Amino acid sequence: MPAELIVSHSPHVRSDASIDTIFYAVIIALIPATVCGIYLFGIRALYVILVCISSAMLTEYVAMRLMGEMELSIDDLLHLRLPPPTGVIITGLLLALCLPPNIPLWMAAIGAAFAVAFAKCAFGGLGHNIFNPALVGRAFLMASWPVAMTTWTKPLTYDAITTATPLGLWKMQDIATPYMDLALGNVSGSIGETSAIALLIGGIYLIAKRYIDWRTPLSYIGTVAVLAFVLGQDPIFHILAGGLFLGAFFMATDYVTTPITRKGRIIFGVGAGIIVVVIRLIGGYPEGVCFSILLMNAFTPLIDRHVRPQVYGVKRKSFFVSSANK
Amino acid sequence: MLKLNSFRGGIHPPDSKITASKAIEKAKLPASVIILLHQHVGAPCKPLVKEGDEVKAGQKIGDSDSFVSAPVHSSISGVVKGISTQLSPIGSEVQGIIIESDGKEEMEMMDAIDPATATKREILARIREAGIVGLGGEAFPTHVKLSPPEGKEIDTVILNGSECEPCMTSDHRLMLEQPDKVVNGMKAIMKVLEVDRGFMGIEDNKADAIERMRAVVEKEGDGRIKVVPLKTKYPQGAERILIKTILNREIPSGGYSCDIGVIVQNVSTAKAIYDAVYEGIPLIERAVTVTGDVKEPKNLLVRIGTSFHELIEECGGFRGEEGKILNGGPMRGIAQYKDVPVIKSIRCILVLDIEKSRIPEERECTSCGTCIEACPIGLMPTALGKLVRKKRFEDCTDYHILDCVECGSCTYVCPSKIPLVQLITYGKEEINRSKNAC
Repeated sequence: MPAELIVSHSPHVRSDASIDTIFYAVIIALIPATVCGIYLFGIRALYVILVCISSAMLTEYVAMRLMGEMELSIDDLLHLRLPPPTGVIITGLLLALCLPPNIPLWMAAIGAAFAVAFAKCAFGGLGHNIFNPALVGRAFLMASWPVAMTTWTKPLTYDAITTATPLGLWKMQDIATPYMDLALGNVSGSIGETSAIALLIGGIYLIAKRYIDWRTPLSYIGTVAVLAFVLGQDPIFHILAGGLFLGAFFMATDYVTTPITRKGRIIFGVGAGIIVVVIRLIGGYPEGVCFSILLMNAFTPLIDRHVRPQVYGVKRKSFFVSSANK
Repeated sequence: MLKLNSFRGGIHPPDSKITASKAIEKAKLPASVIILLHQHVGAPCKPLVKEGDEVKAGQKIGDSDSFVSAPVHSSISGVVKGISTQLSPIGSEVQGIIIESDGKEEMEMMDAIDPATATKREILARIREAGIVGLGGEAFPTHVKLSPPEGKEIDTVILNGSECEPCMTSDHRLMLEQPDKVVNGMKAIMKVLEVDRGFMGIEDNKADAIERMRAVVEKEGDGRIKVVPLKTKYPQGAERILIKTILNREIPSGGYSCDIGVIVQNVSTAKAIYDAVYEGIPLIERAVTVTGDVKEPKNLLVRIGTSFHELIEECGGFRGEEGKILNGGPMRGIAQYKDVPVIKSIRCILVLDIEKSRIPEERECTSCGTCIEACPIGLMPTALGKLVRKKRFEDCTDYHILDCVECGSCTYVCPSKIPLVQLITYGKEEINRSKNAC
């Protein structure tokens, strides 16, 4: 018998899955929407994306150092000996994708820094945040510089002709945008939200890879469609316009800030869907995806506490326990 | 085609059953064996021999007065060299009898019984006398399991041939090579329990075994036994899961299978019962798969008490740098740090090289929910892991920690490599300890 054997508790095999592969898959899934955004809104969109990602990464390194989570010397930085940037690239990219293409770059940088520092690192870093960092960044920018955040440019003109988004046109002037333009993205809006098809490709890729649960986007988009229809709106317009696809496939499916069980994810999707329709139809803003997800993020700990899977051998809890049966 | 019998959750680890096509061969007769006096669940045995005594193979050398216990037998003929504290492959220290072989293969057997005419009591007494315990790994004395408490009506016997654990092939080979013994052993079990309905669950990655068993059952099963193909998925062979899959009954939380009228036995236990009843041979040898990073993986018929080291050597020794030696498969095996003797419940000795033995670095939980999807019981492993780390054991009970079957699926799938089942096992132990202290 050899002298030195390794002793550990079973299991002795692990699957190949790692959180980094999942994060990289999400980045790959966002490529179609990103490319679409750069094609529609020009090189300016690329600048916003790069600024957001670099600002987010830099903020995370600084925050992690301050928290003592990481020892990083100048030498390490110069030789690019960095820990894998894990989710922070996604945070930066997602924030950029929900910003107007002509936003001043310094604002984008501040938004990304705020998102990472306050929405993620202040809670303890990866896995501990309550709210989706990218959406917190967007909400922060919305509150701080509302004009810059609602100045939209026409796609494929590249010269900053301002215009309204399809939802803005619908809300303020009652003008409907053709479905084709909404599907392909030939409308004004945030960098990554306009092309429903590009987002759908990425979303289906993630679902096929089983990295995200199809229940969230389906219940979210489905609720918006059904509710819009019931309230006498055009359901197809409502699901294609605005940031619903971006939110449904990439933000409402964020692991950390959304429910962990299947049932919980459906509740999340339905709740977010209701909030979107309420904001669009009754609220002051033309779009409500950002706030719908943030509000449901706040409910997530509550949902996770009460919605649990059915346990083998344990009697199903009845909602109506009649006193006669006791 | 009909939808195959399956269950919620579970995982598909690479099955690595590289010895599936290798017939069971007799291992070399060991020069000495160590027969542990505690190879089962329940009370340990007291030695019936002393140093210097001559013993024959099959001679009873340890027994206990307790009901929940099973005697042990010498597996070779030879001389008792001593009785001392030994390390057991399940990690505890127990008394063991060291026997040195005299090279003669003298065998002491019991009289064969004809189960058709024998009474229930006689068969049960024989099963106990032959030292039979659950050979699927649990090592619960079989005569106890076959004596359900008063008032528990048993209507079904399930024979577990699923062998869902990767790497293992000893049950598979047994079903291929001695299907008639398995079926007749099962009939003895059904006779003892006075049950007219039997199922044999076999995973569909063993199509040849399903076919062979069906043929034998057709001939010998009297129409009371049915072979059920199961979808290959870990942990199909866990008792709770197997019953749910085949009968769609659930063992109530904290209960036993007899509460819902079912007794599950492993196929190798059924074969051991056949040997004891029909041929009078006590349990002194069993099939063990020796596999993994050994030069020549094999299925061996091994005398109880043979050292792990000897069996690994018989398979050509280590291939590559040694890392781990496991009693069992990769999902549930127990890692060894010293040489230990084979006991009744060992199905597989798995050797892993240093590369495969590395423990991955743990990352933060991202709440991806993969562990919840994988849990066959419907638990929330990540929530339990966090609660155990905070030592909030009462909250763990609320999250049904005690219903965990410790299959390890959660740890296997976790992309953050969090030792979930390890934390849960620790939590369960703490809870049971404080319960016992009260």
